[in-house]
Amino acid sequence: MDIANQLTLALEQAFGPSAIIICLAAIGLNVHFGYTGLLNFGQAGFMAVAGYGVASIVSTWGFSFWLGLLVGLALTVVLALLLGIPTLRLRADYLAIVTIAAAEIIRFVVGASSLRGYFGGQDGLQQYTGSFFALNPYSSQMGGLGLSWSKADFWIMTVGWGLVVLFSLMIFLLMRSPWGRVLKGIREDEDAVRSLGKNVYAYKMQSLVIGGVIGGFAGFVSGLYQSVQPTNFATDITFFAYTVLLLGGAARVLGPLAGAVIFWFLISFLDNFFSAATSGDNPLIPTALMSHQQASLMRFVFLGVALMLLMIYRPQGIFGDRRELAIDGR
Amino acid sequence: MAADTPTAAEDMSTVARQGLVDVEHQPGAKKPDPIVVADKVVRKFGGLTAVDVEHLEIQRGVITALIGPNGAGKTTFFNVLTGFDRPDDGKWSFGGKDIQGLSAYQVARLGMVRTFQLTKVLSRLSVIENMLLGATGQSGESIWQAMLRPLWGQQERDNTERADALLKRFQLDAKREDFAGSLSGGQRKLLEVARSLMVEPELVMLDEPMAGVNPALKQSLLGHVKSLREDGMTVFFVEHDMDVVRDISDWVIVMAQGRIISEGPPEAVMSDQRVIDAYLGAHHDAALSVEDEDAILAAAREEIEAAEEQESHG
Ligand SMILES: Nc1ncnc2c1ncn2[C@@H]1O[C@H](COP(=O)(O)OP(=O)(O)OP(=O)(O)O)[C@@H](O)[C@H]1O
Ligand SMILES: [Mg+2]
Repeated sequence: MDIANQLTLALEQAFGPSAIIICLAAIGLNVHFGYTGLLNFGQAGFMAVAGYGVASIVSTWGFSFWLGLLVGLALTVVLALLLGIPTLRLRADYLAIVTIAAAEIIRFVVGASSLRGYFGGQDGLQQYTGSFFALNPYSSQMGGLGLSWSKADFWIMTVGWGLVVLFSLMIFLLMRSPWGRVLKGIREDEDAVRSLGKNVYAYKMQSLVIGGVIGGFAGFVSGLYQSVQPTNFATDITFFAYTVLLLGGAARVLGPLAGAVIFWFLISFLDNFFSAATSGDNPLIPTALMSHQQASLMRFVFLGVALMLLMIYRPQGIFGDRRELAIDGR
Repeated sequence: MAADTPTAAEDMSTVARQGLVDVEHQPGAKKPDPIVVADKVVRKFGGLTAVDVEHLEIQRGVITALIGPNGAGKTTFFNVLTGFDRPDDGKWSFGGKDIQGLSAYQVARLGMVRTFQLTKVLSRLSVIENMLLGATGQSGESIWQAMLRPLWGQQERDNTERADALLKRFQLDAKREDFAGSLSGGQRKLLEVARSLMVEPELVMLDEPMAGVNPALKQSLLGHVKSLREDGMTVFFVEHDMDVVRDISDWVIVMAQGRIISEGPPEAVMSDQRVIDAYLGAHHDAALSVEDEDAILAAAREEIEAAEEQESHG
């Protein structure tokens, strides 16, 4: 078994487009959950409306890709308003219920066979990204330090990590401002913030829109990397994004970034490792213990254990502040 | 000498207090210069009428205490007036403006700011951040300006200066950088009062501000509350400690079972039979005959002896 090769593959994944998708989704959730305390369980829905927005504008209606991006972003704003208007005045749990339901509704609608003509049913929409790849400055495989990516992936990574840096900077600037202080105050106790004359509802709405739009960019990148399909916008992507956020540390600017890289490194390394360890004539792990089919699931078992250990020994995440844990709810 | 000449605000507060001299000692009495006027405010929880205030006026520029037994409806009345709860009926005004139906944040913006009986500090923000959140009219709180520090930096520095001065006054300056969640119960009370003052309110409504504050600090807190009045602020506060009420309030309103049952200056209210009844239950002071008294004393003596006996055996 070639451990060095497996590490290389895992590192390529850890910095590749998949990590960017989850990282952007988690940056959006960080605004919602980490800073404002909004429980958005439907980040996949924001990704889906953006991804499908651009894909259907190009494939179905024949307009330009760039117009599609604008439409996609406009749709995430509309979705945020639709979800926020009825729920943000209510208790926090209502937003959680409504967002998770909305994300599922969106996924079923775009996957419906009766709407196949617009959204391509379960197959989704492909080949709408020509304008994006036409701008690709790379003409061959790219990489360094023994890692390499295809020129298409590397172009996605250039733009994607650029977006991650841009949004991280934006979050940094926003959260050190008085505006960010109001959001954090709302997370702690919204009635206290209200009693000081702040329009809590408006701030929550702004937070929902900003986090949702960032989630929309995750949807764009997902579409560029894999084409848009209903399965790419299932609920598990939202929960992976939460995992990434908690791993890196909620309410930390760099939390989602570190979390995404570590998450994808672990996922792909464990996948490769167990796959190699159970294949061949004389597998490292005897077939009696684990079959090759079971191996692909092992990564989630290990990831679950790792998450549990993290929550027990470092619940504030990698970048979290230990002092926050000492606070009890008096 | 300059120190002897009262400032305009002090002058006003003296005038405001003198205005109370002629007010009758009756529930719902008219005040010469009311800042809050409430009419027929009713709040029911199912079958329970928690608040049923026929008419109430709060004089501007003085310290008014709201007292009453547990469950009298004081906190509920606060909640209704400040927009944190919706009444079943009633209307009320602040500074001549009808404010029923306004949201809590709009009420606070008008200059009517309250604190909570169960303190609401923002645990994972530092003490100074808690304070700064109270400042009003911050341009950096607008999403469009937030990212550019030069647009709000100066204002932030001014607010920080004001916040630091308040923290010092409330003896919290040593805790400036600590998370508010790490403060003790009494310190949280202090922080909440200090934070509400950051809003620069016209009327500050304090729900049991002294609960859990140690006696020495209580004395200085009393001094601060009095100085708010000298600054021209109106104070309306709920308090169970009668010494505190007697010490600082110019006017006392007594609530029991949702109704205003008595009003007047502290001494008058505390000797009011209706108030004593409300606190202790009626008939508590029905005259005892000499025989009854003797019987009670004998029973008490027996009880003490029995207890002592048990102690020496045990
Ligand atoms: N949310 C609620 N639901 C049901 N009943 C309530 C609610 N809030 C208050 N009450 C009831 O209304 C009455 C008045 O409560 P309130 O908290 O206003 O009393 P209070 O005068 O502030 O008492 P304390 O001095 O103990 O703080 C109580 O009988 C209480 O049980
Ligand atoms: Mg109360």
